[in-house]
Amino acid sequence: MNFVLQAFAVARKDLAIELRTKESLNAAGSFAIVILLLFSFAFDPGSDETREIGGGLLWIVFAFAGALVFNRSFARELPNECLDTLLASPLSAASLVIGKSLANWVTLLVVEFVSLFVFGIFYNVSWVAHLAPLAAVFALATWGVSILGAIFGAITVNLRLRELMLPVIIYPLMIPLLIGAIELTRMILNNEPASPEELLWGRILIVFDVVFTSLAVILSDTILVN
Amino acid sequence: MREKVVIALAAAAALLLAYNLYQIFLVLPDEALQGGIYRIIFFHVPAGIVGMIGFFIALTFAVWYLVSGDLRHDSLSASIVEVSVVFTTVNIVTGSIWARIIWGAWWVWDYRLTSQLVCALIFFGYLLLRRAIDEPTQRARLSAALTIFGCVDSVIVWKSIEWFRNNHPGPVLTIRTGGGHMDPAMEHTLSLNFLAILLVGAALALVRMRQESTAREIDSLRRAAHV
Repeated sequence: MNFVLQAFAVARKDLAIELRTKESLNAAGSFAIVILLLFSFAFDPGSDETREIGGGLLWIVFAFAGALVFNRSFARELPNECLDTLLASPLSAASLVIGKSLANWVTLLVVEFVSLFVFGIFYNVSWVAHLAPLAAVFALATWGVSILGAIFGAITVNLRLRELMLPVIIYPLMIPLLIGAIELTRMILNNEPASPEELLWGRILIVFDVVFTSLAVILSDTILVN
Repeated sequence: MREKVVIALAAAAALLLAYNLYQIFLVLPDEALQGGIYRIIFFHVPAGIVGMIGFFIALTFAVWYLVSGDLRHDSLSASIVEVSVVFTTVNIVTGSIWARIIWGAWWVWDYRLTSQLVCALIFFGYLLLRRAIDEPTQRARLSAALTIFGCVDSVIVWKSIEWFRNNHPGPVLTIRTGGGHMDPAMEHTLSLNFLAILLVGAALALVRMRQESTAREIDSLRRAAHV
C-alpha cells in the first residue's frame, strides 16, 4: 500500500510540474503534429491506403513524441541535485520509477489523443465511433512504452548524449509492443470485425506490460540506488 | 593459464574449420534444388545459433555480476555480447546473400530476419551504452540491467514477429523435425561447423575478456594517479 501511495505521490509531483511548465506537453504535442503534417507529403492523405497504414503512422508519431517526454522525465530532477534528494528520501526506487512511468503515461496519453484528433482531420479518418476500443489499446500500449521510457530514462539520465542514447536503446525494445498496437489500431480504424488475431495482439500488449513492469520493479534498485 | 586455453581453443577451431571447409567445398555435392549457394547454410545457421546462445550466456553472467558484484563477470558478459553481436551480424549478412540468390531480394521482412535484426540492434545499443559510461561499477550495473531487458525482449520479439509475418524456410535440423529434412552427410558437416564456430566464439570472447580486464586495470591506475 505504501508503495502505491509513494508512486502516486511521485506521479502527482511530476504532473503538477508538467501542468505548470507544460514543457513536455508543448514539445511532444507540437512535434507530433509536425510529424503528422510531414507524413501527409509522403502519402496521399485521402486515400484508402493511408487509412490502412493509419495505425502505423499514429504509433510512429507516439513513439517519437514519447522519447521527448521520457528524456525530460528524469532529466528534470538533475538541477539542484533533486534526483539524489529523492533517492535519499524514504521513497523506494521502484515507486520512483513506477511514479515517473505513471506521469509519463498520463502526459503521453494526452499527446496521443490530441494527435488522434489532428490525424482524424488531416487524414479524413472517423474514429469517434471507436473511442472505447482505441482508448483501451492506447492505455495498454502506452503503459508499456512509458515503463520502458521511465526505466531507460533512469539508465541514461547521467550519460553523455542522453537525448540520442534513449531512443537508440528503447525503440528496438518497443518493437513487440508497437507491432501489437499498430495491428490493433489498424483493425479498429478499418472497422474490421473482432477476430482471434485481435485477442492475440491484445495478449501481447498485456504480457509486455506485465513482464516489463515486473522487471522495472525488480531492477530499479540496481539502476538507481546501488 | 588463460592464454593456453585460448591457444588450445583457437587451434582446435582452426583444425576443425580446415576439415569442414574441405568437406563443404570439395566433398559434399550441390543441393538438388538450390545448387551451390546452399553451402551458405554451413555458416549462416551456426553463426545464428552461436550468437543466440551467446546472448543467453551473457545474461547468466550479467545476473551473476548483480549477485556477486565481481567485475570479472561483467567483463565476461560484455565480451560475450560483443562476440554474439558479430556472429548475429554474420548470420544476417549471409542470410541476406542467400535471399538475393533464392528469393531475388537482399532483404525480405520475414520474422526470423526481422527478429535477428531487432536482436542485433538491441545489443548494438548495449555496446553504445557501455562506451558512454566511464565509471566501471556503474557501467557494469547498467549494462547488466540492459542485458536482462534485452534477452527477455528478444524472446517476445521472436514470438510476436513470428505471428506477424512468416515466409522463412521451415526447420530442417533433426533436433527440430525428427529427421528426414536434410541429407545426413550435410547435417553432420553442419554440426561439425557449429562446433568449430562455437570454439572460435569462445576463443574470441576470452581474448576480449582479457582486453576488458586490462582496460579496467589501466583505468583504475589512471584514476589512482589522479587522486
